[in-house]
Amino acid sequence: MAAAMAGCSAAVPAETGKGAGGTTSTVELLNVSYDPTREFYQDINKEFASEWQQKTGQTVTIKQSHGGSGKQSRSVIDGLEADVVTLALAYDIDAIAGRGLIPADWQKKLSDNSSPYTSTIVFLVRKGNPKQIKDWDDLIKPGISVITPNPKTSGGARWNYLAAWGYALKTNGGDEAKAQEFVAQLFKNVPVLDSGARGSTTTFVERGIGDVLIAWENEAYLAVNELGKDKFEIVNPSLSILAEPPVTIVDKYADKHKTREVAEAYLQFLYTKKGQELAAKHYYRPRSQEVLQAHTPAFPDIQLFTIDELFGGWTKAQKTHFGDQGVFDQLYKP
Amino acid sequence: MRKSLSNRGLLPGFGMTMGYTIIYLSLLVLIPLSVLFLKASTMSWEQFIGTIMDTRVLASIRVSIMTSFFAACLNAVFGVLVAWVLVRYQFAGKRIIDGIVDLPFALPTAVGGIALTSIYAENGWIGQYLAEWGIKVAYTPIGIWVALTFIGLPFVVRTVQPVLQDWDLQMEEAAATLGATRWNTFWRVILPHLLPAIITGFALAFARALGEYGSVVFISGNMPLKTEIVPLLIMTKLEQFDYAGATAIATVMLVISFVMLLFINYLQWKINKFDAAR
Repeated sequence: MAAAMAGCSAAVPAETGKGAGGTTSTVELLNVSYDPTREFYQDINKEFASEWQQKTGQTVTIKQSHGGSGKQSRSVIDGLEADVVTLALAYDIDAIAGRGLIPADWQKKLSDNSSPYTSTIVFLVRKGNPKQIKDWDDLIKPGISVITPNPKTSGGARWNYLAAWGYALKTNGGDEAKAQEFVAQLFKNVPVLDSGARGSTTTFVERGIGDVLIAWENEAYLAVNELGKDKFEIVNPSLSILAEPPVTIVDKYADKHKTREVAEAYLQFLYTKKGQELAAKHYYRPRSQEVLQAHTPAFPDIQLFTIDELFGGWTKAQKTHFGDQGVFDQLYKP
Repeated sequence: MRKSLSNRGLLPGFGMTMGYTIIYLSLLVLIPLSVLFLKASTMSWEQFIGTIMDTRVLASIRVSIMTSFFAACLNAVFGVLVAWVLVRYQFAGKRIIDGIVDLPFALPTAVGGIALTSIYAENGWIGQYLAEWGIKVAYTPIGIWVALTFIGLPFVVRTVQPVLQDWDLQMEEAAATLGATRWNTFWRVILPHLLPAIITGFALAFARALGEYGSVVFISGNMPLKTEIVPLLIMTKLEQFDYAGATAIATVMLVISFVMLLFINYLQWKINKFDAAR
C-alpha cells in the first residue's frame, strides 16, 4: 500500500534543513545493526558516502556495529551512542523507545512502517528434496527433523515460530488451540535449538543435521550460493510471514552529535532506487515494486501475512508467545 | 586497629597492603557484584522465587552443576597425569606440549566450541565412530561435559606442576628403602602431598565451568529441560529486556558457586592441617 512512495526513483529527501550540522567538512555516523546485514550495509555505506560527498561536499564516515538484534538494542540502551539503528524487529527498537531515546511513534516517521526492505521465512532442504517437503504441514510429520533456532534468544527464530503459527491459524479457520498444537508438534521435531540464526544454518549445512532448515530468505540464498547449488535447494511454503526489519534515527544521540541531517539522508537513501537495488542484491526484498519486478525470479510470489494482522503487533506477540511462561515455554512443559 | 584483627607478624606495611587489596577487590569484584544484588532486589520476593523455581531454571541449574562437576573431576585425574609427564620425563617437543596446555585459555571460547562441535557431531571425525557405538556427543549433556573439560584443562595442570617440580625425590627413596612398592609410594606418599594443589585446580576448573557460555552454546543444542545451561537462560532473560530476572538467576548461581568454593577451601584447610600434623 505504501509502495507508491518508494517507487519513485529519485530520493525524497527529508527536509534538508540548513540548520545545525552540515557545515563541517567531515562527519561520522554510527549505524548499530544486526548480524546478517553486514555485507549489505558495507555496500550502502560506500554508495551513500560518495553521493553525500557530491551533494554537500562533506566527507561522511559510517561506522557499523553488528551482533544479535536484541544484544545490539541493549547496547544502545546501555549507552552505545548510535545515530541510527537498523534492527531485525520493531520490538527491539520499541525497547529503545521505552527508555526515551526515541519517540514512541518512531515507526510512523518513515514510509512502509520504517522498513525499507523486507524479508520472509522459507525452507532450505537437501538437494533433490529427499523428504518431499513442500509446505508447513510437512514439517510436523513424524520422522522429519527440523532445524530452527531458539525463539528465546534469536529474533529470526521468532519470525519462524510466528510464520508456522500463522499458517496453522489460516488453515484451521483461526483456531488458536489448533495452532498451538501444530507448533508444539513442530518443535517436537527439532533436535537442536541454536542460539542464533547463523548457528542453525551452520548446524544444518556443516554438521549435516536435519532434513529442513527454517530460515530467513536471505540466509537461505547465502547458504545456497556460498555452499554450492548442488547441495541445497530453497522451498517456498504456500504461506509465510512478512518480516519487516525497521530502521530509525536515535533522536537523542543524533541531536547530541548534530548529525540529524546526514542521518536522515542516510535512512532515506535506503528507499532510493540505488538503495533498493543493493537490498535486492543482498536478497532482501525491496519495497519498490519496480526493483522487485526486476528481480522476480529471486523473489517468487509467496502469500504473506503481517505480524500486525495476526498477532496484534510485536509487543503483544512477544508477551504472549516468548515472554516467561508464555506459549513457547508452555510447549516445553514436562 | 586491634591486634587480634590483623594478627600481624614482624612484617611492616600490613595496613597499606591490606588497604590496596580491599580497594582492588572492590573495584573489580565487590562493587560490580553488589550491583547484581541491587538489580535483583528490584523484584518482589514472590517474583524472585517464581523466577528461580521455574522448572526450566531448575533443570538448567542441575545441568550446569552436574556437567561442571564431572568436567572438573575428569580434569583432576588427567590434569595430574599431564603435569606428571611434563615434570618427570624428558622428551622431544616437551615445551610444545607444555604450551598446548594453555591453549584453551588463549582461544576465544566460541572457536573452541565450534571446533569441538564439528569434530564430535555425527558427521565429524570422531563423532562418526562414536555414532556407530550409539554414543551421541554433540547436542547432548555429554557434549557440554566435553566443552567444559576443554576449557578447564589448564587449571589442574598449572596448579599441580609447580608442586611436583619442588617435590623432593628423597621422600620416594625413603619410601623405597622402607619397602614400599611404586604404587604404594604414589598412593600414600606423593598423592597426599599433591592433594591441596589438585583441589585448588579442581575448584578453579569447576567455578570456571559454571559460568562458561561461549563454547557450550554451540555443542549443547540448547534444548529446554535437557541441555540448557544457566548462562543461556540468563541470556534469554536479557533478550527479553528482563534485567531483574537475569540478575535473579545470576545471583542464585553466584551464591551456589560461592558456597561450593568456600566448602572446597575448607576441605583444603582441613587437609593442610592433617598434612602438617603427620
